[in-house]
Amino acid sequence: MSSPRAETPGANRRLMARRREAGLLLLGLPALLLLALVFAWPVLRLLSLSVEGGTLAHFEKAALDGLYVTVLLDSLRIAALVTAICLALAYPVAFWLSRAGRLGLALGMFALLLPFWTSVLVRTYAWMVLLGRNGIVNRMLRDAGWIEAPLPLLHNTTGVLIGMVHVLLPYMVLPIYAALLRVDPDLSRAAEGLGAPAWRSFLRVTFPLSLPGVSAGCALVFVLSLGFFITPALLGGGHVIMISMLIEQQVREFLEWPFAAALSTVLLLATLAIYALIGRLTRGARLATP
Amino acid sequence: MQLSVTGIIRRFGPVAALGGVDLDVAEGEFLTILGPSGSGKTTLLKAIAGFEIPDEGAVRLGGQDVTLAPPRSREVGMVFQNYALFPHMSVAQNIAFPLEMRRRPRAEVRERVAEALRLVELDSFGDRLPRQLSGGQQQRVALARAIVFNPRLLLLDEPFGALDRKLRESLQLEVRRLQRRLKLTTLFITHDQEEALIMSDRIAVMDKGRIQQIGLPGELYARPASRFVADFLGESNLLEGRARNGVAELAGFGAVPLPPAQPDGKVTLLLRPEALRIGASTAALPCRAEAVVLDTVFLGQSAKLRLQLDGGTEMLARLPLRPSDPPPPPEGSRVALGFAPEDLHVVPQG
Amino acid sequence: MPRHRNRGGSILLGIFAALVFFFLLLPLLVVFPISLSSAAYLQFPPPGFSWQWYQRYLDDPGWIEATIRSLQVAALCTVLAMGLGVPLAFFLNRSRLPGIRVLDRLTAAPIIVPTIILSIALYGVFARLQLIGEWYGVAIAHTILALPFVVILVGAGLRSFDAAQEQAAAGLGAAWPWIIWRVTLPQLRPSLVSAAFLSFVSSFDELVLAMFLSGASMTLPKKMFDNILMEIDPTIAAVSVLQILLVAVALGLTSLFGRGALTTTITR
Repeated sequence: MSSPRAETPGANRRLMARRREAGLLLLGLPALLLLALVFAWPVLRLLSLSVEGGTLAHFEKAALDGLYVTVLLDSLRIAALVTAICLALAYPVAFWLSRAGRLGLALGMFALLLPFWTSVLVRTYAWMVLLGRNGIVNRMLRDAGWIEAPLPLLHNTTGVLIGMVHVLLPYMVLPIYAALLRVDPDLSRAAEGLGAPAWRSFLRVTFPLSLPGVSAGCALVFVLSLGFFITPALLGGGHVIMISMLIEQQVREFLEWPFAAALSTVLLLATLAIYALIGRLTRGARLATP
Repeated sequence: MQLSVTGIIRRFGPVAALGGVDLDVAEGEFLTILGPSGSGKTTLLKAIAGFEIPDEGAVRLGGQDVTLAPPRSREVGMVFQNYALFPHMSVAQNIAFPLEMRRRPRAEVRERVAEALRLVELDSFGDRLPRQLSGGQQQRVALARAIVFNPRLLLLDEPFGALDRKLRESLQLEVRRLQRRLKLTTLFITHDQEEALIMSDRIAVMDKGRIQQIGLPGELYARPASRFVADFLGESNLLEGRARNGVAELAGFGAVPLPPAQPDGKVTLLLRPEALRIGASTAALPCRAEAVVLDTVFLGQSAKLRLQLDGGTEMLARLPLRPSDPPPPPEGSRVALGFAPEDLHVVPQG
Repeated sequence: MPRHRNRGGSILLGIFAALVFFFLLLPLLVVFPISLSSAAYLQFPPPGFSWQWYQRYLDDPGWIEATIRSLQVAALCTVLAMGLGVPLAFFLNRSRLPGIRVLDRLTAAPIIVPTIILSIALYGVFARLQLIGEWYGVAIAHTILALPFVVILVGAGLRSFDAAQEQAAAGLGAAWPWIIWRVTLPQLRPSLVSAAFLSFVSSFDELVLAMFLSGASMTLPKKMFDNILMEIDPTIAAVSVLQILLVAVALGLTSLFGRGALTTTITR
């Protein structure tokens, strides 16, 4: 027995607790070191470049130059649109999943998870094939005689939105689905038993209780769309510029590190602000849920 | 093996979960720690099992100080509240676990597992997973796992809490028989007084981190040492009065003789509901009063009556009922009641 | 008859859900026929059947090299993320140090910080260390992205694990390493399998970090990206199909051994 010996059992206990803590810390240390060296330090170093030389000139450029302001606003607008479309598509699907039988659930989850785990690149490529001027969609519509000239689906905002919604939809469905599962089905039955028609019991009972999932999904989708890179780069065809593409361009083409750092800071702050905001909203809604 | 706990104190911040506990359990004895939740009984159990080290005091097993010993070297078998069976191991693997940890040869492990399964009457269940068993069967596996390595002490932490009443009763008797047969020193933790009365050689009633009273079940029931014990163990009528010259003045009953050598002053008297008699049979009793029946609950072999004396005091009475007896008095009726003074117990003040 | 009134609604809901599922699966369904096309360029519907694009993929050392490199990167990333992340999850869940909750939150930061920011931040540092183009550099960067998922998954597993079992094992005579090995880890298996799958697939598919860090020694996604930009030929459809099949198999295996733990990453 290697048990330590001190004055009282209590002192021994505290000694053992300290040893335990030290052991646990030792477990976490390698990963924490890696995170510090390969994540925290490089990111902070990058952000600090934006105020190199003690000047805010790079932020001024980002805030005043019309071109960059447009890109910033465009990014926000696209992120908001993607979030709204995802929510509109995801809520009914999540609701359907939460009521589905075993088979429906298995099929639904398969349809949700297989694309989710498929490379974004593969999916983006497929959309290019589908949405191009001579793409599958336009060909079929023309063959059916519904349109004469091909619809502009690619290399514009429409294409970007379709591609991004496709990638981000599961991030919206799954939190809402999880929240709906936590809503006791007896509650809506009780509401209906108390005389509420089905749609009212949904609006008054089920929907409010699923709000934490809705806000979690919205936060996730909005923040991820804000930083999106591959999909807009490929499906936008250079006509849709989002902030992450601007950052890449500044670094790769112009070697404008301080300005890229300033843009990164803006993007990061916007991301954190949205998380904080949604976090606050969610906490309010969480209080009302078990 | 003999267990002895001396002066155990455990503080959590400013709160003393254990405020100086002394306890001796004799070899082969079945001792129950009975107390409400928050009384410190679980903390005491943890200190004995080794999951908690007290601030002060000592735990001795067979004379050996194990206060600081890690759980694995204490040789103490424990049945957890939710059994804590390993869900990824079969029943037999669960029971074999303590033997494997002790590096017993494989043949011996197989033999002792089979023997333990036979002991808890689960011979053919060795290959099942815990979740394929009923609650009562899981409980018996947990018991088999706790005794298969011949522990020096068996700890039972509210092991019947999750079971329904019928099953609980039969398992209680089964565990008791097994414990007697194996002569296992056993410490049993419960908040259920009925369970404590059924199973124990002795009971220690705990409250607020201290042992309030320790003794034979009958002794605790008949002569509780405090209001708390009187209240916690069984149902009770606690009557307040003033003693003068060996006689107490009780509202409704008048002067009641007290046991000899009772000093003057405030007294609390305990009268168990079954000692309170009702109706014609009270005529010969020295202490009598009249009351109105507030309500009557029929319990099968007896009936429980809530009564109100003319002075306003409420009392409980329990009438034994044989099938040929007339029905108990209905609500609202007036009845005579009485008791024999020797059924009174003076509860010590404090 | 209230049941009847709901019928129409639930049928509409079902149709809606089916359409959304179709939308989700559509791109995956499209690449299959294209990859088997006999046409020399992109054409739909394909005029005939042929394995030529798979053949071309297999014959092109560039594609094979990129595939092997990506598998290497993903394997190392998985080993690192699990080897570091599982102990970290134990530390974050079991420690009672003050501020441990804050630290737990902070380890999720790599998910929150947009990848483009991490990419150029590491690009700057790796360029100085001359790590650009080294496959293990990409793997280390991918580990940063995978770590939070491992911590979340294993942490969720640990929280739902009944700690009384560890006490029971200790009381039955087991020492700590044994308890973790025999009692705790086996029950975390679903979380561990899912975490490993997630680390592997996320690294295998990752493009943004790889774009900046892989330099001339391309990973498979980088090679695909360049290929898409330059010439859309059905080779990439063949590669895509292979990738989808790989993920489907891994997903099937994971759900077999991982019992639903996968969805928890996204739902919390």
